[in-house]
Amino acid sequence: MTRFLLRRFAFLGLTLLLTSLIVFTVTQFLPGDVARIVLGREAGQEQVEAFRQEFGLDDPLPVQYFGWLAKFLGGDWGRSLSTRSDIYPVVMDRLRNSMMLAALTMLIGVPLSVFLGVIAGLKEEGLADNVISIGSLSVVGLPEFVTGILLIEIFSRRLNLLPANSSIPPDASFAEALPMLILPAMTATLVLLAYIARLTRAGVVEELKKPYVRTATLKGLSSVSVTFKHVLRNALLPTITVIAISFGWLISGLIVIENVFNYPGLGRLIVFAIDRQDLPLLQAVTMVTVLVFALSNLTADVLYAYLDPRIRLG
Amino acid sequence: MKPTLEINDLTISYRYDKQWLWAVRGFSLKILPGQTYGLVGESGSGKSTIGLAIMRHLSKNGRIDSGEVLFDGVDLSLLSIADLRQIWGNQMALVPQNPLSSLNPSLRVGEQIAEILRRHGGLDRRQANDKTISLLHDARVPDPERVAQSYPHQLSGGMQQRVLIAMALSTEPKLLILDEPTTGLDVTTQAAILDLFRDLMRGHETAALYVTHNLGVVARICQRVAVLYAGEFVEDASVTDLFYKPLHPYTDGLLRSVPKLGDHQASIELQPIPGSIPSLHNRQPGCVFAPRCSIAYDRCFEERPPLEAVSDGRHVRCFRWSELMSGEISLRRPEVQRETKKEQASIVTDHSKPVLDIDKLQVHFRRSRSLTDLVQGRSGDVVKAVDGITLSLQKGQVLGIVGESGSGKTTLARSVVGLVSRTSGEIELYGITLPPKLSDRPNQTRRMMQYVFQNPEEALNPYRTVRQTLSRPFVTLMGKNKNEAESEVYQLLAAVRLPEDYAHRLPSQLSGGEKQRVAIARAFATSPDLLITDEPVSALDVSVQASILNLLMELQSNQDNNLIFISHNLAVIGYLADLVAVMYLGQIMEISEASSLYQPPYHPYTEALLSAVPSLDPKQRQVPILLTGDVPSQTQLPAGCPFHPRCPRKLGDICKTKIPPWRKTRRGGRIFCHIPIDELEASQIESVAREAVNIGDIGSG
Repeated sequence: MTRFLLRRFAFLGLTLLLTSLIVFTVTQFLPGDVARIVLGREAGQEQVEAFRQEFGLDDPLPVQYFGWLAKFLGGDWGRSLSTRSDIYPVVMDRLRNSMMLAALTMLIGVPLSVFLGVIAGLKEEGLADNVISIGSLSVVGLPEFVTGILLIEIFSRRLNLLPANSSIPPDASFAEALPMLILPAMTATLVLLAYIARLTRAGVVEELKKPYVRTATLKGLSSVSVTFKHVLRNALLPTITVIAISFGWLISGLIVIENVFNYPGLGRLIVFAIDRQDLPLLQAVTMVTVLVFALSNLTADVLYAYLDPRIRLG
Repeated sequence: MKPTLEINDLTISYRYDKQWLWAVRGFSLKILPGQTYGLVGESGSGKSTIGLAIMRHLSKNGRIDSGEVLFDGVDLSLLSIADLRQIWGNQMALVPQNPLSSLNPSLRVGEQIAEILRRHGGLDRRQANDKTISLLHDARVPDPERVAQSYPHQLSGGMQQRVLIAMALSTEPKLLILDEPTTGLDVTTQAAILDLFRDLMRGHETAALYVTHNLGVVARICQRVAVLYAGEFVEDASVTDLFYKPLHPYTDGLLRSVPKLGDHQASIELQPIPGSIPSLHNRQPGCVFAPRCSIAYDRCFEERPPLEAVSDGRHVRCFRWSELMSGEISLRRPEVQRETKKEQASIVTDHSKPVLDIDKLQVHFRRSRSLTDLVQGRSGDVVKAVDGITLSLQKGQVLGIVGESGSGKTTLARSVVGLVSRTSGEIELYGITLPPKLSDRPNQTRRMMQYVFQNPEEALNPYRTVRQTLSRPFVTLMGKNKNEAESEVYQLLAAVRLPEDYAHRLPSQLSGGEKQRVAIARAFATSPDLLITDEPVSALDVSVQASILNLLMELQSNQDNNLIFISHNLAVIGYLADLVAVMYLGQIMEISEASSLYQPPYHPYTEALLSAVPSLDPKQRQVPILLTGDVPSQTQLPAGCPFHPRCPRKLGDICKTKIPPWRKTRRGGRIFCHIPIDELEASQIESVAREAVNIGDIGSG
């Protein structure tokens, strides 16, 4: 296992290096002069020059790249161009928030969607399947801002159960933040739901057709035993990997949801950085995002290989 | 005695597009305790449907229209699903086809057996595990403790099937349904499984229904047999009666369309059944077999013949059975004494330049690593698929290559045509060395060698019409323009006996046999000097195989080209080939003329293969299989003689350490063995004689 993991980690490193290069190159081509944007129209030419000097913006690109990379690896992510504050603690804070939201979404969404998918798959073409399939499809068709606003309308305005604004204070613990996390997590769940449920359903339907299920049934085992011990063990393999991959999406892809609920996550930080053309911040957030994605992909692969004896034992 | 299973006038339908089409009609049968009953039919005959209907486990779109199934006197249709779960796996068990896919891939096989014991036997976890080990041991699984801890994919096909048999017998059921349990296994493995099954059944009161398309298997283990054709029950009889005096033209056709060991095309012509099995949608009124029957008259097309009792326990559904029985009419064409139109090519050849010359050919693959390999830091093993093969082929010769799966026969063929690159050695065509890779070979060479693949379903592009498929080689390899190419297509179709309008069909509109005809036509398009066919009939129904074999032989002798025919079936190989090469673990064990392959002296491996071929003659006592164990891994070839770990005639240490010499037989064959030819011959003749004595004993006793 060590060798396998080492190999995968080496790939991970290469991926990140390549991304850093792409991120760096792309940010160079963003329109407008950074110094000018930061300092405003009224700033004098000397101020601009001084700014460029301070942030090394006049150095040749390779020098800028390697300088940035070396510092980045050393944990010195520089200071934001727009807020002039240290980037590292800001990004880490947002990452923590995003993780809390992602964790809660998984906690609600995964059992629910797997459950619905299994029911639909077992009753293929039956009433339950039709209700679940059509229901989840119609939900996935709705944009997150619609479902989000709808949930706010119901749970916050009408029932007054949960807060509409989820701008959690910095250093809030999970328990403190929980009430504010529920609505955004439910919105994200609705997005994941159809995806995971349909995949689970497909897995169950496919497994049910395999001859080993007939073998198990004709052993006279109870239907509970056939379903849980024989079918689901195999049917859920693809689902598990997709769940691991979707964790990456939950960390950085919830831009719309974070905006609707005013939630301080990584997604909104990206938008903020792009808006202000805050290059160091944008680079840092992108790198973190890629790292999270790569790690969740790696987890998915390792998990799959571990769970399927055909891969584990060759 | 009360029958364990009694089926009366069973009719089963399947729903297609809102209409119910009958799949089986008027099926009746009785199986007594301790009896093994064969149910024979080709694909589409409804034989597996009957097996599932007995267990009351038809698929959702199937239903029983009428008739009854009595199990131990109880009508199963009256039972609830909960009652059935008490019977399934307990009093009634299934041994399915395709052992790998019939086992759960992510559960250890021991647990898959033990769960039955806990469910029906009332054993606790430990008792169940102990019993599992002893069941595996009874099923002659070596090292049962280790196997119980294995996952299905870690076992060979034969081992998987043993696990399934152990599973089915675990609760000593009253009725066992075996649905093609040995199809897809090697003949040697098949023979071992059949022997095991027969031994396990002996002395038990278990009744068994053995569903198969293979008549030889039936002759080997069944006492009675029923024949199905396109869902119709056409005949049943004791095994001896059926094989010696078939009364239905279909049964007779089946028996005539498979070559027997020792038959050769130079003297005996196969008599195929024309046409193919109708689908559920195309069943005519009258006798279902009439469109393919050589003695059908008008009445057969209008009226369905009734099932008539010929004698006690013997039934047949044919208007003309009495004429057949009395010998007034005969289905057998006068035994074609072929005017030996073709001189059987001899192994002792003129010394002109060979067409194909293979010298010390090796093909090795590096196997990709599994997760455990990675964990333990092992690099990928080298698979020695072909390991040092030397042979040559003279003009017009047909070479048969036979061996178990894993013997390297397909890899050898593929490296000759360049589909896989060789690792070392030379391949020469007319004295010119061929580059290892197909892409490096000029069109001229490609034209001279063509290949027919095993599975016609996968060999044809599903989106191309027959005309497009067949005109392609003329354009790419013969340099013709499109119009010229298309006119050639019709000649090709005529040559493979397909109607002209088939040119516009897509593969999905053809039957399996027709597809293989198209594939053969495509291969013959360039008039190749060397045609390689890899198991060209093993994916086809028995009744269609013979016509494809006849076609191949006809085209081959018309063009006088060379044919390499790969098969696991010794009878087919012996029938077609002039020369036979017996392969084992990437090496040739014996190469000899087909005519002398069946008489001593032969290589001990050939001898073992011969013992595995199920005979079509139930009176001929079948020699028990001489081969134990499975083909060893190709990554760690045994030292010395590669066959020594399984050889029943092993001499001793010399076989384990020294590479055997090639020994010449009097008839010009070569045998790769340490045992001197005379000794080998003497001991093998003695074994044959001993068997003959045994057969005599049975006859008088």
